[in-house]
Amino acid sequence: MRQAVVKSRGLHREDAAMLDFVQQLVSGVALGCVYGLIALGFVLVYKATEVVNFAQGDLMMLGGFFAFTFIGMLGLNYWLGFAAAVAAMALFGMLAERVVVRPILGYPQFSVIMATIGLGYFLRSIAGMIWGTDDLKIETPFSQGVLRIGSLVLAYDKLSVIAATVILCALLYIFFNKTTLGTAMRASSENMLAAYYMGIPVKRVVSIVWAISAAVATCAGVLLAPITFIHSNVGLVLGLKAFPAAVLGGFGSIPGAVVGGVLIGVIESMAGFYLPEGWKDVAPYIVLLAVLLLKPEGLFGLHVRKKV
Amino acid sequence: MRFLFKTDYEDDIRLFPHSGYVVSYGLLIAVLLAAPYALSSYLMSQLVFVCIYATVGVALLILTGFTGQASLGHAAFLAIGAYTAAYLQKYNVPFPVYFLAAGLLTGAIGAMVGFPALRLTGIYLVIATISFALIVEEILARWESVTNGNEGMRVKTLSLLGVAVPRDSPTFYYLCLAVLVLTIVGTLNLLRSPTGRAFVAIRDSETAARSMGVNVALYKVKSFAISAAITGLAGVLFAHKLSFISPEMFTLQLSIEFIIVILIGGTFSLHGAVLGAIFIVMIDPFLTYLKDDMPGIIAGVAATFGAGKDAAADVQSKVAAFASLNGLKGAIYGIIIMLFVLFEPLGIYGRWLKIKLFFQLFPLYKRATFKRQKIYVKSERNR
Repeated sequence: MRQAVVKSRGLHREDAAMLDFVQQLVSGVALGCVYGLIALGFVLVYKATEVVNFAQGDLMMLGGFFAFTFIGMLGLNYWLGFAAAVAAMALFGMLAERVVVRPILGYPQFSVIMATIGLGYFLRSIAGMIWGTDDLKIETPFSQGVLRIGSLVLAYDKLSVIAATVILCALLYIFFNKTTLGTAMRASSENMLAAYYMGIPVKRVVSIVWAISAAVATCAGVLLAPITFIHSNVGLVLGLKAFPAAVLGGFGSIPGAVVGGVLIGVIESMAGFYLPEGWKDVAPYIVLLAVLLLKPEGLFGLHVRKKV
Repeated sequence: MRFLFKTDYEDDIRLFPHSGYVVSYGLLIAVLLAAPYALSSYLMSQLVFVCIYATVGVALLILTGFTGQASLGHAAFLAIGAYTAAYLQKYNVPFPVYFLAAGLLTGAIGAMVGFPALRLTGIYLVIATISFALIVEEILARWESVTNGNEGMRVKTLSLLGVAVPRDSPTFYYLCLAVLVLTIVGTLNLLRSPTGRAFVAIRDSETAARSMGVNVALYKVKSFAISAAITGLAGVLFAHKLSFISPEMFTLQLSIEFIIVILIGGTFSLHGAVLGAIFIVMIDPFLTYLKDDMPGIIAGVAATFGAGKDAAADVQSKVAAFASLNGLKGAIYGIIIMLFVLFEPLGIYGRWLKIKLFFQLFPLYKRATFKRQKIYVKSERNR
């Protein structure tokens, strides 16, 4: 009898530990999907132009603010406001490409990195000036409510992020691999000049890819609004986590970005739960360095050597 | 225009190609030595920061400008140098010893970072150095027995051979200036030695360098170690100048500032590091000046162009409100970076060379002389 009680208590403890683990896993996956969603934007631009956009997180931040303006200030319906923000940001992405990136296409990669770092500074300050420095919040259909599976509790806002990531990732994967425009994008990333000779309007392709990546960033920003709120530094903070995610997955791979994001998210949430304080913030970077040591081009990256 | 007739390789690698150099640099040194007697204490303090930033800029130029390895983690090397100084100082280690110890330790850590960086190129190297810097920042915040954690460390007044050197004394400025000048001369010597030639060869083409018999791995690690060591030395001076250090001073923001130093100055010459440092450090006093005096000046201009008294006052208050907006500095920073990348990729020093050449060749100057070639074919992925 006594033994049985002890045994059941032990089982109970094991159950609780298991539940904790699953809970951490799920919240890590949700967090990771956020990183993955931002990382998708990095990968898109890189895939089409071999340019790394350091302002991607700031585009996300700006998308969040646009959505706040449409939904919170102008009082549009959530989905309508969402669509308006995505459309506005797509235009903004094209504008940014035209002004900042197009004049330096063809120069070394580092020029573009610096230019987009500058763009990021600029966007952060301007957003701070226009919308202030307070945390803003958007009321969304996912803001409240939880889904219960047994004793597992999942918030709708996190589930919405996971669902959106899966859908966007699938759509973009199909777009890049099956459509003509997607193929044109991959071609111009490998060799702009040859792509141009083949009749691909390279300038327009680059413009479109920036529009798409700004739109994806906006989706991330709006879906994140209930979880992290919107403030002018959110892009920098999350961008710095999404960037390792993209690198971990191998910079040119769309599924890689999401897998990398989920890995980073899970590592972060597990380290926060099981390891002493302080590990949470560095664990993703330690894993990243370890992976880069073993596979310098990321998990799904292409390994290409120049032939001499 | 002066024509140099070179008859020997020695003529080609001379530090001072002709007597004009000796005169102009001699004058510059004389002006810099006289500076404490002419400038206000605030400007002197900024000048010390110029020296420290320029030293880091030179270090970064060795790695990024001449070896072609991008790094966004130099704030971490600066932090290691600064903390080494602060820690050793607690045990009454004399300045010359901990100054060199900081350089050696940072150099060793730089070499350790260099080894894993061997296999990485381009964007992967950038993210690896960012990761390294973030990890160092976290270690500084958590290793409380050594670094005192987030509360930071006080750095006592520097004492050089028994004489106290306060951080705002002319002697401290001379010390920083001496470190900068020695670093620059040392780097110039390095760059005209076989090691420096190997660095440049690696930057221009790794494959070609390897086929010429350059040990690419060895020289990359060397470049990392040298660059880190110089940054560590600058870190010691940085710690003494601030007299208080804490982990949040050495963030990614600072690493980006160092990159901006060489980007704005010009990445192809050591002049760039110094010019860029002057630009980055002096932009703060300049913005303060704009904030204080610009509204009055603009109102005065408006008044002379026939605006009424009320209208002028209105303009003044509006400009003042704009100038004191939060985050204006960040926006100006961003715009400056973008403008330099777009319109003057060669930096301030490049602009100076263009102006000089314009007058040397007066009616015959062609813009195409400095045109950079755009390459659409080469994919950086298969390097």
